[in-house]
Amino acid sequence: MTATVSITLTVNGETVRAEVPPRMHLADFLRERLALTGTHIGCEHGVCGACTVRLDGEIVRGCLVLAVQANGMSVETVEGASDSGELQDLQDAFRERNALQCGYCTPGMLLTAQELLAKGGVPDRETIREHMSGNYCRCTGYQAIVDAVETTARNRAAARG
Amino acid sequence: MQPNDAEAAALRHVHKPLPHDSAVKHVQGSAPYVDDLPEPEGTLHVAVGRAPIARARLQELDLKAVRAAPGVVAVLTAADIPGRNDVSPSMGDDPMFVEREILFHAQALFAVVATTREAARRAALLGIAKTTALKPRVTVEDALAADATVLPDYAFGRGDPAAEIERAPHRLGGTFRIGGQEHFYLEGQVALAIPGEDGSVHVQSSTQHPTEVQHVVARVLGLPDAFVTCEVRRMGGAFGGKESQATQWAAIAALAARATGRPCKLRLDRDDDMAMTGKRHDFRVDWQVGFDDEGRIAALDSLFLARCGYSADLSQGVVDRTMFHADSSYFLPAVRIASRRLKTDTVSNTAFRGFGGPQGMLAMERVIDAVAWSLGKDPLDVRRLNFYAAGRDVTPYGMTVEDHATGRRILDELEERSDYRARRAEIAEFNARSTILKRGIALTPVKFGISFTLTRLNQAGALVHVYADGSIHLNHGGTEMGQGLNQKVAQIVADEFGVGLERVRITATSTGKVPNTSPTAASSGSDLNGMAARIAARAIRDRMAAQAASEWGVAPEAIEFRDDRVFVGNDGMSFAELAGRCCAARVPLSEAGHYATPKVAWNRDEGTGRPFFYFAYGAACSEVTIDTMTGEMRLDRVDVLHDVGRSLNPAIDIGQIEGGFVQGLGWLTTEELVYDAEGRLRTHAPSTYKIPVASDVPADFRVHLHQEPNREDTIHRSKAVGEPPLMLANSVFCAIADALHSLAPGKPVPLDAPATPEAILKAVEDLTGGIGF
Ligand code: FES
Ligand code: FES
Repeated sequence: MTATVSITLTVNGETVRAEVPPRMHLADFLRERLALTGTHIGCEHGVCGACTVRLDGEIVRGCLVLAVQANGMSVETVEGASDSGELQDLQDAFRERNALQCGYCTPGMLLTAQELLAKGGVPDRETIREHMSGNYCRCTGYQAIVDAVETTARNRAAARG
Repeated sequence: MQPNDAEAAALRHVHKPLPHDSAVKHVQGSAPYVDDLPEPEGTLHVAVGRAPIARARLQELDLKAVRAAPGVVAVLTAADIPGRNDVSPSMGDDPMFVEREILFHAQALFAVVATTREAARRAALLGIAKTTALKPRVTVEDALAADATVLPDYAFGRGDPAAEIERAPHRLGGTFRIGGQEHFYLEGQVALAIPGEDGSVHVQSSTQHPTEVQHVVARVLGLPDAFVTCEVRRMGGAFGGKESQATQWAAIAALAARATGRPCKLRLDRDDDMAMTGKRHDFRVDWQVGFDDEGRIAALDSLFLARCGYSADLSQGVVDRTMFHADSSYFLPAVRIASRRLKTDTVSNTAFRGFGGPQGMLAMERVIDAVAWSLGKDPLDVRRLNFYAAGRDVTPYGMTVEDHATGRRILDELEERSDYRARRAEIAEFNARSTILKRGIALTPVKFGISFTLTRLNQAGALVHVYADGSIHLNHGGTEMGQGLNQKVAQIVADEFGVGLERVRITATSTGKVPNTSPTAASSGSDLNGMAARIAARAIRDRMAAQAASEWGVAPEAIEFRDDRVFVGNDGMSFAELAGRCCAARVPLSEAGHYATPKVAWNRDEGTGRPFFYFAYGAACSEVTIDTMTGEMRLDRVDVLHDVGRSLNPAIDIGQIEGGFVQGLGWLTTEELVYDAEGRLRTHAPSTYKIPVASDVPADFRVHLHQEPNREDTIHRSKAVGEPPLMLANSVFCAIADALHSLAPGKPVPLDAPATPEAILKAVEDLTGGIGF
């Protein structure tokens, strides 16, 4: 079988060293090597967004990035973003508005929403809908997701005063 | 106050908008799906080799290169199956692996078991099938020409519709095509099989029907059912696609586990999933209708030609349900509903939310539109005129619609709420002024029959234990696919015991706990399993009450369970304490509950009876704008009013309505399955098959519940809500047709489903003679 490649990267704040096959994508690496299974595999085509993670702070599709490409970079998954507490209010809003059913899309939705919210201000619903349109949800019909993101934006703006 | 209002008011959890039981785990990404479970040491991975052609005789299968590929541990074909090569739900016509005849493109030929998924998938591409190709039958017309069916033709009705249509003052007829739909559950098909002692196997499967997975695995391996356990904690969506069609992958994984003696996992990749598993049935509907000057229908004759694919699968029930919904919400004095279940050399179509019902209803709404347009009337007026009513309340299959008044109330209220009349007038003005953009509006009803039409499936079991510390183990035969079933059932059980929800531990569905279950389908999950769980909980509570009564020396009726305590008047003890005392007093605290739906009785041979316990109603009003130059469509506003009986959980029910509507919206507007002449599915990836995204949802989307207690004695007078909302999206299709109709008033609108931009543009051209603007 093909030779492996050594990589060193930071995952949720911890340094990880690993030998990986050159074709292994980041989502598989996180799931299979690090048991970070909150990064889900929906399509492996870069379309559904279930595998969304952050790479050096930018959201990417874990199925479109090779693990070797993440060498020397910092990766954050839903587990890390959840543990750090940065998503707490957004997570609460998702739970309260029932913005999840099967939950398979949820980690990707949260990270994608957080990217928009990080820009500050209260985006209008049109902007939220457009921003979330790269992530599939087959269950909720999106209405609750958009509501939850909007609520969080409002609350954060109010908290900033 | 209604008699059960006092009872309802005493409930602590039922009827409350509580979040999904796994919500906290879902937002942390910590709720495991099958593929997330820790793999046991030595787990192998399975991939499937696909047929390269749709219809052929298999001359030789050369797997040398597959066996020689790196990482390959075993290669399995039909010859390796110890039991029967059959993964069908009942008819015996779904081989797990091809033996001699290839029946559709991408059919499973063999499986590779390898050390990694990547190695298995690469090796699976190396199989060489030598075949003698035959010309595939792909379309409805191909199947009709060959007179090929998977099941016998079937029809029901009453009177002499042909004669009545002839006699009616007006007659119309037409042909309408309705596309299929890919489920696109976000979590694809997956199973993990772990070999046990004496040849037994434990299967973790993403399935709506663990019992069928158990039975099929046993059949394939040649084992008694008792040697196979199937377990499922949750699915990442299913929508009918994991009812009969989850079995094959579980059975292949189990065979691999048998062959290698190691745990084996099979997760289909998305392309394989889309190519190898069945979809919503597509139809051609040929119809004729006779009606009077007002638009009152005298007779309808409809023929539903269903493209079932290569095998029967669930097509009997699916197409029967199409026929049961071919009346939509309208009384048809003389009627014939006929169907043919056509066989094509394509993947076998299967259950999908609504189970054939949506196609039947949509076809009828098209008939109503055609009648209205021909008379120059508002389609809503024709809908109202034909709506079931007193004395006009018997369906084409002989069941009386007892609560049509509920449906009519919803229609009335939504007409008000949506301001339909004023908007219709405003849209007419807009269309008179606007040349390129045209708007349309439609308000359509939903009436959906609740129960499995196969009467024996209307039963469920649950297993409840109370432990000595007062914690409660809840298990039932239903499966969780995101719909919130476990949450609803837990609420029911908590309220039976008068305890907090945190005391109730929801556990994975397992054939080892509740046997011989029905699939979680037909919207029946909480109706059936909620009742079974309540029956079990009540039996335990009654025994606990008897114990408490004997200790206090009072009658059992004097004992009350509430607030995690057990009361006699003001005196009492904690629920946990009583549980402990029951154990000490040797009172059994475990119970298997069983429920069978009353009243349902359907005689298929006679075409009459009561297939449904009750109906769920709803209505939606949609407004669209179409661009006649590009065919683009925008959904401007949607108003929904939907009947949930007395909701078990309004938050979850709203979610089902919003989600169902949007899934129906996809089916009717953007999701298009394209097969080429060779029978290959061309839209087998999300790059070419488009499900709705957030920006497709209407900016103005108003959803309301109609909460009227179910007239039937269902669990806490609630109604099923899984499937019916999908058909609310019929209003979008009718609104698009309405916008098109404004281009040539009085003419029929030549539009088939889905109304993609291409289809809309073509309809514009047909209606305007291709002259354009
Ligand atoms: S799994 Fe990566 S985008 Fe779908
Ligand atoms: S909640 Fe199921 S895919 Fe979004």
